[in-house]
Amino acid sequence: MLNGTEDEEKWLAEGIAGIQHNAFYMHRALDSNNLREALKYSAQMLSELRTSKLSPHKYYELYMRAFDELKRLELFFKDDSKHGVSVVDLYELVQHAGNILPRLYLLCTVGSIYIKSKEAPAKEVLKDLVEMCRGVQHPIRGLFLRSYLAQISRDKLPDIGSEYEGDADTVMDAVDFVLQNFTEMNKLWVRMQHQGPGGVREKREKERSELQDLVGKNLHVLSQIEGVDLEMYKETVLPRVLEQVVNCKDDLAQYYLMDCIIQVFPDEYHLQTLETLLGACPQLQPTVDVKTVLSRLMDRLSNYAASSADVLPEFLQVEAFSKLSNAIGKVIEAQLDMPAVGAITLYVSLLTFTLRVHPDRLDHVDQVLGACVKKLSNIPKLEDSRAMKQVVALLSAPLEKYNDIVTALTLSNYPRVMDHLDIGTNKLMAMVIIQSIMKNNSCISTADKVEVLFELIKGLIKDIDGADVDELDEEDFKEEQNSVARLIHMLYNDEPEEMLKIICIVRKHTMVGGPKRLPFTVSSLVFSALRAANGCDIEHVAYEFFTQAFLLYEEEIADSKAQVTAIHLIIGTLQRMNVFGVENRDTLTHKATGYSARLLKKADQCRAVYACSHLFWVDDQDGIKDGERVLLCLKRALRIANAAQQMANVARGSGGPVSLFVEILNKYIYFFEKGNKQITSSAIQGLIELINTEMQSDSTNPDSVADAFLASTLRYIQFQKQKGGVMGEKFESIKL
Amino acid sequence: MNYLVGAFKPPCNIFISFTDGRSRKQVPLKKENGKTVMVALFQSQENIVGEVVIEPIHGKKVEHNGVKIELLGQIELYFDRGNFYDFTSLVRELDVPGELYERKTYPFEFSTVEMPYESYNGVNVRLRYILKVTISRNYVSNIVEYQDFVVRNYTPPPSINNSIKMEVGIEDCLHIEFEYSKSKYHLKDVVIGKIYFLLVRIKLKNMELEIRRRESTGSGPNTYVETETLAKFELMDGTPVRGESIPIRLFLSPYELTPTYRNINNKFSVKYYLNLVLVDEEDRRYFKQQEITMYRNLEAS
Repeated sequence: MLNGTEDEEKWLAEGIAGIQHNAFYMHRALDSNNLREALKYSAQMLSELRTSKLSPHKYYELYMRAFDELKRLELFFKDDSKHGVSVVDLYELVQHAGNILPRLYLLCTVGSIYIKSKEAPAKEVLKDLVEMCRGVQHPIRGLFLRSYLAQISRDKLPDIGSEYEGDADTVMDAVDFVLQNFTEMNKLWVRMQHQGPGGVREKREKERSELQDLVGKNLHVLSQIEGVDLEMYKETVLPRVLEQVVNCKDDLAQYYLMDCIIQVFPDEYHLQTLETLLGACPQLQPTVDVKTVLSRLMDRLSNYAASSADVLPEFLQVEAFSKLSNAIGKVIEAQLDMPAVGAITLYVSLLTFTLRVHPDRLDHVDQVLGACVKKLSNIPKLEDSRAMKQVVALLSAPLEKYNDIVTALTLSNYPRVMDHLDIGTNKLMAMVIIQSIMKNNSCISTADKVEVLFELIKGLIKDIDGADVDELDEEDFKEEQNSVARLIHMLYNDEPEEMLKIICIVRKHTMVGGPKRLPFTVSSLVFSALRAANGCDIEHVAYEFFTQAFLLYEEEIADSKAQVTAIHLIIGTLQRMNVFGVENRDTLTHKATGYSARLLKKADQCRAVYACSHLFWVDDQDGIKDGERVLLCLKRALRIANAAQQMANVARGSGGPVSLFVEILNKYIYFFEKGNKQITSSAIQGLIELINTEMQSDSTNPDSVADAFLASTLRYIQFQKQKGGVMGEKFESIKL
Repeated sequence: MNYLVGAFKPPCNIFISFTDGRSRKQVPLKKENGKTVMVALFQSQENIVGEVVIEPIHGKKVEHNGVKIELLGQIELYFDRGNFYDFTSLVRELDVPGELYERKTYPFEFSTVEMPYESYNGVNVRLRYILKVTISRNYVSNIVEYQDFVVRNYTPPPSINNSIKMEVGIEDCLHIEFEYSKSKYHLKDVVIGKIYFLLVRIKLKNMELEIRRRESTGSGPNTYVETETLAKFELMDGTPVRGESIPIRLFLSPYELTPTYRNINNKFSVKYYLNLVLVDEEDRRYFKQQEITMYRNLEAS
């Protein structure tokens, strides 16, 4: 078989030539209305299909050629004015052909006309055809012959509402016919595995899968029969199809057909026959990929449930969940060597199903997770990355569905599943959880839940035994810890007592994080505590916190960059505090402003000082609004900016950053808009002019970023002017 | 007729015709020279009525010792060439010795003629019916004219017509059960049946049903048997597995069959068989032959 493909090409070409040759004479006979010759040459033409040398793929090509010719022949047969023979006689006449394959192709062709003529009940003809086709036992030839039969009969079934439905012909006959053809085709298809062409198993399986749709087509036809209602599907169609599927004992066929059943029949049928359908699963060959079959079923049902709320009661009525759950349990139990990934995939599908169908039934979710834990506990540690992925999918599903970690926290089996993840995945999952919380802005408000949450994300909180510390990626680590820090802000309760508990728990967990984590987490914890203190009007506690913060700043933070960060944090926090009385507040703001002005670099000073302006203007209903001191801050910032400019001139002979001025301008505009009377339009006007002068001065280096910044600021003013209304009037006086 | 006109120009023409010749059914008959002619069809117990016309060639006088017509049923065995066995011989004198000057017509009639055997054209044997007109003459050879006709006899459908059912096989190799719905078929009948595969351990390639005709002639040590396969009808293509059943539907009308003839006049027999042939992938043939009885049925012909 060295030149296998080449030879095949040659054989195919010969076959096609044979068909064309005989078709030529057949056409001549048709044109001269010579029935005898037409029969002779059509039979010879069809004899080309008797070849055993072609692979299914090539045979199909040959078949299609013959098929086209048969359509012409059919037209001739149909017109009895041309050949003068009644269809009944024609039906006998074609059976005189000595070779069975041409004989049966011709018989099917005439049979279709016979049904159309209504001279015999459709069911009789169909029954005869499907029965006679048994004579072809060769898998490929038989499959194509029966596929031809299916093709020519599909519009002639005595379906409900069809013209072929009669007293004698019921839809049951149509169903019987298709089922029988299906059964025979499947048998032939399965048999290919054992006696078909080709040597190696892989090749055979490939060839077989090329033919699978010929078999599946029958199921499609069944699904298209009007008269197959739920009742008939339940009582006849499904049991008989499944009987064939189970009995054929062939993994390829079983897998394909189960999938086919699931795909071609309507969802509500599946729902109403779940028990039967699922009952077949454990009877399949152990090598059949049942999990994919079940997954697909559940996916379909899930989509069905999602399609309309009206169908949900059906699901409840048939107890879909418990049936599926049982079936999965049985399959997993039966298939001992199913890899973990398979089992988990099944659980993921079941979970998706229940989330869609019974979003209110958390117990179902927990039950699925519990089953998964049970399965996982037989495996010491998951090694398979695909399995791991599935576990992540399993755990992510409830988060996505409920958009609310709080719900997930009530699932007792959730952390138990997480325990089975490896360290990396565990962290990944923890991140997913945190991201979910952030995305949905969920507030975790009870100590119990916080406790559970920390149990879930413990992979991020502390070093886990056996973790390979060296492999940690610095950036990932930062990212993780920043997330934890952000998370801490989401743990909040207005009740001081509960909040205190929460803080204690957070403290308990974060403190074991070790030196690498603490820098990230502690500040969050502190701020969280501050906020609590703020919220509880515990002024002295808050003051004490701030004092400590300032002390830390003074004593511990030597690095100038760190100082900048720290002072901004302090300013930001202080601005939010409303717990302080005037005296304490003054002390603290004074201190903060002082530190700001004493930063090392002028630019940093400038930025810190103008940030301090916010300490005197809290844009809340009863926040402090001290316009004068705001202005003072801003003026001070301007001075510093000027000084920076001059220093730059002296030092480098060129202008310093104009952007500082633009930044200050933005602050001016902010307060102007917020109604600070001390900030006037003329002040803004002046500042704009100043900036323009600075920009045009020879000594200034062109700075595209600053230019753009200014331009967009000016555009904003322009925009406000044009907007009209109160704001428009306010900005009216500013000339650009 | 040409050879009669041949060397010595006969002094007269003889025409033999049947009274109901126009309305009577004509069937093809293959002559010795290979040509097919249409001849009248009769069955046993019919009256064979007609007339003989003798027409002297212009002005010639035919002297004769009498004119007679014979109805002959003959069996001709080819290996025994020249020997005809007349199993039926009826004679009617048409004219007393005298002279014929002009065209003369003689009516004749054979009433309710017993013609138990059918006309048959086989490999080694021929059974035929002829009307033979002889003008006997002195000194010169007689003038003879023949007219063939065909006899077919119809039998009513048999009252007992059992199916043929049989289980055959090769031990541990192949086990089949086949069934033909009848054992007796008329000539336009259909063989309906089924083959069940009970055990298949050999790789079969296909299966055919043959119709075979067995013609035996002579008797004792001089028996000649000829078997012809009249039909090869493919029943199955491919390799069946255990439990499969294959339908049989074979229309007999396309084939040139005759009824079964058993020991016709102790000279010959013609029997029919259905031969089921299974062919395996190495082209080995396994077969089982079953005799069937053919009969001629009036309604179906």
